[in-house]
Amino acid sequence: MNGIILNSLRGREKAIGPFAEASESQPQAWKHWSLKVDSEQIAWLMFDCEGAEVNVLSQPALEELDEIVMTLQADKPKALVLRSAKASNFCVGADIKEFGQLESLDAAKQKLEAAHNVANRFAALPFTKVAVVHGHCFGGGLELALTCDYRIGVQGSAYGFPEILLGLHPGLGGTARSIDLIDPIQAMTMMLTGKTQRDYRAKKLGLIDTLVPERHVYGAIEAAVSGKLKRSKRDIKSRLMLSGPARKFSAKKMREQAASKAPPQHYPAPNKLIELWEAYGGDTKAMLKAEIDSFCELLLTETSRNLVRVFFLQENLKKQASSANTDAKFKHVHVIGAGAMGGDIASWCALQGMTVTLFDMKPEIIGKAIGRTAALCDKKRMNAAAKRAVLDRLIPDLDHRGVSSADVIIEAVPEKIEIKRQVYKDIEPRMKPGAILGTNTSSIPLDQLAEELQNPERLVGLHFFNPVAQMQLLEVVKHQKLADDTYQKALAFTGTIKRLPVPVAGSPGFLVNRALTPYLLEAIVLLDEGVKPELIDKAAEDFGMPMGPVELADVVGLDICLGVADMLRSSLDNAMPAAPEWMKQKVQKGELGKKTGKGLYEWKNGKPEKDNDPGNVPEGLTDRLLLPMLNTCKACLREGVIADEKLLDGAMIFGTGFAPFKGGPMQYSHTRGEADIKQALQELADKHGERFTPDSSWDNG
Amino acid sequence: MSSLHQPSDGRPVYLVDGVRTPFIKARGKPGPFTPVDLAIQAGRSLLLRQPLPKDAFDQVILGCVNVVASEMNPGRIAALRLGLAETIPAFTMQINCGSGMQSVDTAYRYIREGRQDLILAGGAEALSHAPLMLTPAATEWLAELGLARSMGDKLKHLAKFKPGYIKPVLSLQQGLTDPVVGLNMGQTAEVVANLFGITREQADDYAASSHLRLAKAQEEGWLDDEVVPLYAPDGKVYTFDDGVRPDSSAEKLAKLKPVFERPYGKVTAGNSSQITDGASWLILASEEAVEKYGLTPKAVIKDSEWSGLEPEIMGLGPAVSAGRLAQRNKMTLDDIELLELNEAFAAQVLGCLAAWEDTDFCRAVFDSEPLGRFNRDRLNIDGGAISLGHPVGTSGNRIVLHLMNALHRQGLKRGIATQCIGGGQAGAMLIETV
Repeated sequence: MNGIILNSLRGREKAIGPFAEASESQPQAWKHWSLKVDSEQIAWLMFDCEGAEVNVLSQPALEELDEIVMTLQADKPKALVLRSAKASNFCVGADIKEFGQLESLDAAKQKLEAAHNVANRFAALPFTKVAVVHGHCFGGGLELALTCDYRIGVQGSAYGFPEILLGLHPGLGGTARSIDLIDPIQAMTMMLTGKTQRDYRAKKLGLIDTLVPERHVYGAIEAAVSGKLKRSKRDIKSRLMLSGPARKFSAKKMREQAASKAPPQHYPAPNKLIELWEAYGGDTKAMLKAEIDSFCELLLTETSRNLVRVFFLQENLKKQASSANTDAKFKHVHVIGAGAMGGDIASWCALQGMTVTLFDMKPEIIGKAIGRTAALCDKKRMNAAAKRAVLDRLIPDLDHRGVSSADVIIEAVPEKIEIKRQVYKDIEPRMKPGAILGTNTSSIPLDQLAEELQNPERLVGLHFFNPVAQMQLLEVVKHQKLADDTYQKALAFTGTIKRLPVPVAGSPGFLVNRALTPYLLEAIVLLDEGVKPELIDKAAEDFGMPMGPVELADVVGLDICLGVADMLRSSLDNAMPAAPEWMKQKVQKGELGKKTGKGLYEWKNGKPEKDNDPGNVPEGLTDRLLLPMLNTCKACLREGVIADEKLLDGAMIFGTGFAPFKGGPMQYSHTRGEADIKQALQELADKHGERFTPDSSWDNG
Repeated sequence: MSSLHQPSDGRPVYLVDGVRTPFIKARGKPGPFTPVDLAIQAGRSLLLRQPLPKDAFDQVILGCVNVVASEMNPGRIAALRLGLAETIPAFTMQINCGSGMQSVDTAYRYIREGRQDLILAGGAEALSHAPLMLTPAATEWLAELGLARSMGDKLKHLAKFKPGYIKPVLSLQQGLTDPVVGLNMGQTAEVVANLFGITREQADDYAASSHLRLAKAQEEGWLDDEVVPLYAPDGKVYTFDDGVRPDSSAEKLAKLKPVFERPYGKVTAGNSSQITDGASWLILASEEAVEKYGLTPKAVIKDSEWSGLEPEIMGLGPAVSAGRLAQRNKMTLDDIELLELNEAFAAQVLGCLAAWEDTDFCRAVFDSEPLGRFNRDRLNIDGGAISLGHPVGTSGNRIVLHLMNALHRQGLKRGIATQCIGGGQAGAMLIETV
């Protein structure tokens, strides 16, 4: 739709009270807030962080809020409406940059106590306070909303406590106030999982008292101020859950569940939060106080520091896309090949609002991709209309009709250079000016693919990871003839479809596969030596990898692992171990892993059959698996496969799930010490062969 | 009489391109697609093939008889779901089995008059979605239950339930019954068969040839350009008209029992059109639009004709409409190089041919001698509704689309597409390839 008429009327809808009138009185303005009282003596406080698109509850914003509280105490209005002046958010939380600046426990406590004081005084203001929430309301933003007497949710708003993902828990009274407001088990679940609650869920939980479209915000405010708006009340069960024995019992359950998702030896925050609950749940005052100490202790842990680092690594990757130097807009993607990767790429692009034409020679293959798309929509709990729109946008195209109008073409046909070249020959003449040609190849050097193109400068590698809908990383692969315009468009496109681009050189395996392969191969060598697969996986998982290498090889597919390994071995001058004969036979027999139900493990219902208690990980096993990966990362940096350590750490975390609480392979190397790693590698090389020979760039320091 | 009117002047109107879905057989429960779903799947393929700007069209018109409750004005919903600009008006037409051709004819007239330049005209029908309805007695019982206040009243009322209330009324069956003369469509075919002495054997023989012709067309790939696969959300793909029976024969069909008038009737499920789901679209353009967007038209619409007759012989309608259309355009039957005559019932198709040879009929309708014998080799050359089904709102569109493609394939010029319409009407359209 063009939206001509609605666009011409945009901006009229939002309820901004006295700020809508260009009346006699000027609002009181701070840097990040402005305050104005309407004719009914209702004060409107607009949160509007200076020079930003999103509101964050930074130190300066809190200090100003302190002044505003004093102003309101001195000249009390009948009621207060708190809302955000931003287009798409109420407040997205604290200013995470400030976390790193707190060096000592005392400094942290001092800052947090001051912040608590502001929040508590705001909460205690002796008149009705109504938060009107649109868009994102996360972390500190939600904690601020919880200090109000009423919360009016605007349709489309979303709520959550994402602190746990940074190795923390809420720290501005959120633990106590959320438990005080809603079913305490639900509150704890929210804080322990960090999951976002959509508007209707928030209403059901009682986080908000009413959920209205923007056009009924005034009506809802009036109802709240006059006391007619019914507040959500907790049921008896919720109140019973606050008793001591119930808390003890539920805490036990929570510990078990949290441990299964995030091992407490690596992630201390869940248990700290559960301790707070067990000790103080229901005693709001005591919990508020205890929250400060607990939060500050977490803030200084290595885990939290690294997870905060991961947050910025992610921002850094996002910036690759958002700062791309292009005005191009991407509306239509043509995907060639509807197999596992191509189909899922098409599906993901359609979910992100693109018009997608999906080519395959066989309609049944396209049909399967459409089936998977429908299932993905269901998994994401999209409503019927949204799901239908996704499926309407995903257009089967048996004749490459979409090529001529596509902004981006993504080729995902089998990894055979002749097939790819034939495809390019068919479609290249029909591409529209300015369109880019992406290839999802993981193993063919881009320079070779570019050779027979009329316009090789339009080719770029867009290497997605499997499963596309879950893996955020996308390697944007360069080659010699790549035009900067194409490259910038590829980065920007990656952002448009909400993936994280990492620029890499077109050398064999790019970054992620090249770094992952020695790790997987070493696991195979260990299997060959008779080490139990479960033990190998345990070693990696104990280190913090989300999945062990044996299981990962099965998930990726043994055929693909073998193919990548052969390619790397033949094209790179290093001493990667050859795959044992039994493994080649497995591949020939079709025992490819998860996708065929049998590989290195037997698979039932999508899960490997494992011995849950394989015994203790022998000393040195973890290093044997991980150090080849680190060594390769180091080589990639030296060779310029990837520009810097920050990008590398981001790529490995978002492309392979590398233990996030360790901050990435390079961060881990620094923490452990490069010299130590170099020495360990040398020892391994002496014992097991030259494949462990430390890269020349390791620091001796 | 309209046959005396001359073909009207006006701007030439071109048929640019068209696409339809396979017609998929209704199998006793709602199929995976609503009428708009079907229209989207055909439409997006057509728009991909003819990449026109989203706001290029002046109008969208969709024929649809059994509109489902969640899709009122399916024409508009289809236009929006296809991603066409919201500024383009869209409406839905309903003239029973003529809806899909009425949409083309309306578009033709708008463009000919000079009001509009580019129109998307289609038909969509999901007969498998025709709802089950409650009998009036059951509806009343339910309404009274709702009014009962106390628990006692409710219980008392519940006791009045009769098992018959559970038996639903098939809206499809009701829709296929003419309320004025009280005859089912199949019965009107029996009437026509009787008036022109069409035998059971002739009808079965015709039906078998419909299947064989469609099977051959499918095998030869003659429909590849016309039919695009349907993809269901469960991943299932429908690539061809699945009602076809390539092994059909008059002998096999002879074993079926009459369905509408037992035991002596001649109309069976085998020599009637099938109940199917499907959609079809055509793009119509003025000369200006053809030039502006660089389109390559396939045919030009020369004339059209709509007529009415007694509902109990509605199946003879095509003989009336197509006959008048030919006469007005100074054509003999031999000048009609291909004829697409919708196969509602074999007996009715054969009845139309017999009518053109019938002195009484031709005197009454055309005030002339019999028009003569129409060569069956030029009639429905790739099968019809008996083999591929009759999604009522779609069929009229399909026969124009297929006529255009078949004329091209055979290197011919002029042809007529025509269909009978429940309620005693018929439409016919004369096109020429360009």
